[in-house]
Amino acid sequence: MDHEHYTDEYIAGILRQTKTIAMVGASPNWNRPSYFVMKYLQGKGFRVIPVNPRAAGEQILGETVHASLAEVPVPVDMVDVFRASDAVPGIVDEAIAIGAKVVWMQLGVRHDAAAAKAEAAGIQVVMNRCPKIEFGRHSGELSWGGFDSGIITSRRTRKVQS
Amino acid sequence: MTDKSKFGFETRSVHAGAAPDPTTGARAVPIYQTTAYVFDDVDHAASLFNLQTYGYIYSRLTNPTVAALEERVASLEGGRGATGCASGHAAQMLAFFALMEPGDEFLAAKRLYGGSITQFGRSFQKFGWNVRFIDSDDPENFRRALTPKCKAIFVESLANPGGVVTDLEAVSAIAREAGIPFIVDNTMASPYLCRPIEWGADIVIHSTTKFLSGHGNSMGGMMVDSGRFDWTRSGRYPSLSEPEPAYHGLRFHETFGDLALTVHGHALGLRDLGAAMAPLNAFLTLTGTETLALRMERHCANAQKVAEFLEGHPAVAWVSYAGLKSSPYRALAAKYLPRGAGSVFTFGVKGGYEAGVKLVEGCELFSHLANIGDTRSLIIHPASTTHRQLSDEQRAAAGAGPDVVRLSIGIESVDDIIADLDQALQKGA
Repeated sequence: MDHEHYTDEYIAGILRQTKTIAMVGASPNWNRPSYFVMKYLQGKGFRVIPVNPRAAGEQILGETVHASLAEVPVPVDMVDVFRASDAVPGIVDEAIAIGAKVVWMQLGVRHDAAAAKAEAAGIQVVMNRCPKIEFGRHSGELSWGGFDSGIITSRRTRKVQS
Repeated sequence: MTDKSKFGFETRSVHAGAAPDPTTGARAVPIYQTTAYVFDDVDHAASLFNLQTYGYIYSRLTNPTVAALEERVASLEGGRGATGCASGHAAQMLAFFALMEPGDEFLAAKRLYGGSITQFGRSFQKFGWNVRFIDSDDPENFRRALTPKCKAIFVESLANPGGVVTDLEAVSAIAREAGIPFIVDNTMASPYLCRPIEWGADIVIHSTTKFLSGHGNSMGGMMVDSGRFDWTRSGRYPSLSEPEPAYHGLRFHETFGDLALTVHGHALGLRDLGAAMAPLNAFLTLTGTETLALRMERHCANAQKVAEFLEGHPAVAWVSYAGLKSSPYRALAAKYLPRGAGSVFTFGVKGGYEAGVKLVEGCELFSHLANIGDTRSLIIHPASTTHRQLSDEQRAAAGAGPDVVRLSIGIESVDDIIADLDQALQKGA
């Protein structure tokens, strides 16, 4: 996997197949980036379960915060990492243990060795990307803000439907 | 983020930002002639006002037709995003509004469009933004003029009124070492001839009124962000790095990453300065950009022939066109404008101010007006018009002395363009 350049189909495929996301590092503070992403993804039909030991037991956007991935009571398709890069190896170990299908690291987060370990365990990995931006890019919504989506199509339907 | 080289320039000129309308299947971008957009519910409205989701609120901030043009220009320039606005002057205002605090300085090349010299030198002073004009022929002059209060360097890639090419790579290196953004007005070259971001520009400014629109029928401006500048590192760009009270303490750069300046351009710049682009103008400009490559090829070919004709004309004292062998900017043009030196340039008529006025008034195909980048050939005498508000000294520095005539060569039959200039020069002689 070339982690500098992902194909449109790789990213869109992950977004189409994912239903439940565990967001590690989710913040209860409404003006933090993780809160923006969680709220947006909920609006697009994803179930987003917050994981943050410092907020365990609290509610964020109607979901109970869990202290660790192991405590999330439902199957998780994707682990979304809102933590510094050095926290990634431990999160990957937990993601493997709970049988997650995807580990997605947010903008600025990258750990190549941990990514290789996850991929060896059959997990798809995305690094240094934001699922909100990528969902918007493929659904056409990112373009509403004047951004270059890089997507050129003569078709009415998109790879990801909002 | 995205592999920008996946599609060629001409393909992006036609298609970028303009997928079929998902609701109706309309193939051309519809003109969304609406001021406002309904909210699904109060929570959706809150998400929009908090900038938590993508969507439209009010056309002063964003509009679907304008957004299509923003994406197209961002794509053509190799930028991350763009903010469309009412004019090129509005785009300059948006860029400096995000960067400057009262008491700050910026450096600008001495040779600029006369209207920019006035905007920077006079109106910006009312905000406490201080400009210093620099002779850009030696890029080191910018380094020598840097101060701790300096927040940006501004140049035109191909300078108006014409013939001057800026050494973008050299100036961008100086800006990078100083840790300040490099802003390039690329109006005269258009992204077909030059893409400043490839040479290190952080922000690109356009008057889309000119070659992008291309037909002299619609006003517009664009601030294109490369997405590469680190607004947080130095702590000197608080509008982008510090909590924004108007959005409950949100930090733009932290929250939006490489999208930050474009989000700021809409959510603060257009919201508070109010200089929005009209949807109809965005539509006309989208149509114009579809033929940008074809038009620029012909503009440049015609301009080259006209410049060569004028250089051999007995009534002409000098010609400043970077495509001529005689131009001191020929080497820079070969590097930065390999497909052509543009179609706007100046020349000097023998006989000074009076001869310049007579020439302009003697033309029958050239239109005497204050614009450039039209399909039609245009002529103006800057000293009596566009640069009239400057002092004699400023006019000379800007390359707009009393004998100077500026041409914007159109895409008519080149023999007709040359014949019109010839007859008008003979009338004046």
